[in-house]
Amino acid sequence: MSHGDLSFMSTLTDPPKEQFRLSMLVNDTRYRSLTFQAIAALVLALAIWYLGNNLIQNLRAAGLNISYDFLGDRSGYDINQRLIEYDSQSSHASAALVGILNTLLVAVLACITATIFGVIAGVLRLSNNWLVSKLMAVYVEIFRNIPVLIWIIIIFTIMTAVMPGARAYLGENPERELVFGLFAFTNRGIYAPAPVWNDGSMIVVAVFFVSIFAMFAYRRYATKLLYDTGKLLPMGWPSLAILILPTVIIFFLLGQPIGLDAPDPLANRFNLRGGIQIGAPLIALWFALSIYTGAFIAENVRAGIQAVSSGQTEAAAALGLRPGRIMNLVVLPQALRVIIPPLISNFLNITKNSSLAIAVGYADITATLGGITLNQTGRAIECVLLLMLFYLTASLLISMGMNLYNASVKLKER
Amino acid sequence: MKNTVILGALTIAGLSAGAAAAGTLDDVKARGKLNCGVTTGLVGFAAPNASGEWEGFDVALCRAVAAAVLGDATAVEFVPTTGKTRFTALASGEIDVLARNTTWTFSRDVDLKFEFTGVNYYDGQGFMVPKELGVSSAKELDGATVCIQTGTTTELNLADFFRSNNISYEPVPIETNAEAQQQYLAGACDVYTTDASGLAATRATFEAPDEHALLPEIISKEPLGPLVRHGDHEWGDVVRWTLNALISAEELGVTSANLAEMAAGTNNPEINRLLGTEGTLGEMLGLSADWAKNAIAAGGNYGEVFANNIGEATPIGLARGLNAQWTKGGLLYSPPFR
Repeated sequence: MSHGDLSFMSTLTDPPKEQFRLSMLVNDTRYRSLTFQAIAALVLALAIWYLGNNLIQNLRAAGLNISYDFLGDRSGYDINQRLIEYDSQSSHASAALVGILNTLLVAVLACITATIFGVIAGVLRLSNNWLVSKLMAVYVEIFRNIPVLIWIIIIFTIMTAVMPGARAYLGENPERELVFGLFAFTNRGIYAPAPVWNDGSMIVVAVFFVSIFAMFAYRRYATKLLYDTGKLLPMGWPSLAILILPTVIIFFLLGQPIGLDAPDPLANRFNLRGGIQIGAPLIALWFALSIYTGAFIAENVRAGIQAVSSGQTEAAAALGLRPGRIMNLVVLPQALRVIIPPLISNFLNITKNSSLAIAVGYADITATLGGITLNQTGRAIECVLLLMLFYLTASLLISMGMNLYNASVKLKER
Repeated sequence: MKNTVILGALTIAGLSAGAAAAGTLDDVKARGKLNCGVTTGLVGFAAPNASGEWEGFDVALCRAVAAAVLGDATAVEFVPTTGKTRFTALASGEIDVLARNTTWTFSRDVDLKFEFTGVNYYDGQGFMVPKELGVSSAKELDGATVCIQTGTTTELNLADFFRSNNISYEPVPIETNAEAQQQYLAGACDVYTTDASGLAATRATFEAPDEHALLPEIISKEPLGPLVRHGDHEWGDVVRWTLNALISAEELGVTSANLAEMAAGTNNPEINRLLGTEGTLGEMLGLSADWAKNAIAAGGNYGEVFANNIGEATPIGLARGLNAQWTKGGLLYSPPFR
């Protein structure tokens, strides 16, 4: 209805100013929905108040109170996998922090690998090669239809049973030699060498970062040259050379300032000492979450690719693009718009599913704050509230980050 | 408090139930069944047998309480709990009594608002290692990887022990005894630590028990006993005196074999009071006069329960040690039935 019609009608019918009556809240469709919403909101608020009040009353009757003082107390327990300094003398709050960092560590690692698995499986599932596409279909169906907890336990159990014990690497004449003299694969986890930063190592690191920057600059220049003049510079090997050569040269020029601290099989009769240990629980959890969520992501990727009209592929092929380039330059960028939104929920699922860590003894936030701390202090309500707060915050932050990314790749209409 | 049902459903923590604790005895009688929290499976203490019936040292206590209250030793619903879930299960009212080799500590008694009704096993924390490691003392365990059940006092003792001896270790947190066993046997941990009785029970289930040694150090006091919610003293009394009845029965020589004969009346007034042929002890507890007789009939006196489940004739092979009667140099000492 145009503006003219409206003014015309209002002058014609101009109704008498209607007085608001209480009965209109029920009888008048304009207000009825508001009434019911208000009632529902009131009932909800009352229910929450009732339950909360009930909780407080019952706690008081049981002689308990809500208090977060325990967070400052000495925790008294040790944690094996930790990213920050922590021992049994630290507070419950630091134990919770260790758990938070462990949760974030496994979540970030699993998000990255799940995406890689998912994209590869999703693309291959659409392959014209019958065997490859069927294999991917089998992967997707097997992994997404069995609960992730089962996968975590299966993978952990297999690791524990199949991998050699750490003691196989120990002693003067071990049953097994370290791989390359640097790595040990045991059922307690993987022992890897740790870098040792000597004098001058920072220069090497700085050169490496400059090389990364230079590599991108070169690629950008080559692309621009291609678009401007049609001259095609090689991309692959120069990029690699720029990335690696300067760092390697400076590394040897400075007399190898970065050393390796390999695991030592002779230091202790129970365990390898030194280096970095990536615990079996972390590996099992990481791998299980990746491969399970990867199956879901594969389906998202497949859906995203199939949502791109086949005309696009055909047009690209008609222009002479090779299949790999069609996928990378034409199909995937458009498919991303369909893939990203469900990918967000997959990332959220990984973060939340990481709370199954305790099944394999990985010290995530649910295992430290929601497990041992809760059990040793008996502060169940406080711990569970903190856990809820943490997962809510983490999930909302991931959502926010992914939504920002989604906004940057979505179709921009001008 | 009538609000409790809704709240109990709502809060996982279920701490509300302190208020619902009053009247557990009446609840059990009305239900006709005792809900008893036990371990998820520790042979000798509480584990289902080949035909699926729970049996063991802790289970026997549950059956004795059920027999005392309901007159039927089979009227027990066994609720398996882990080290982590056990206190929540008790606090929320899911179980009436927790008999799960639980250590009596100050904070559990005072801060967590539970009531330990006695000690049915005096234990201490020990270490088990494969003999091939050639370890003869826990102080040689520097750098070892240790399997430990989470949510237990042993977890804290372990940290304290290694710290005070200035040696390092790596903990591997485990939920249940079965998992610990699997990890330990696969060599994912060098040492398994828990209560010495639990270690003996676990070792008994190994294929080659001889290849594993218990180290001589006992690093803590672990008085294990049944516990109930704080504040329900009538129910606490029932559990406490059922345990005392089993201990007293052994001291007084009342066994499942001579129970019927003894219950007909004896010259010993304490036995008569215990078995309900004299006095009104049962009535004072709110139970029938033959409550203790039923409790003893369920699995025998303390000595018989011990011998049948974890004693030296069983694969677990525990000696009485501290758990002998006070008259035989042990710590078991029941207050008099008077």
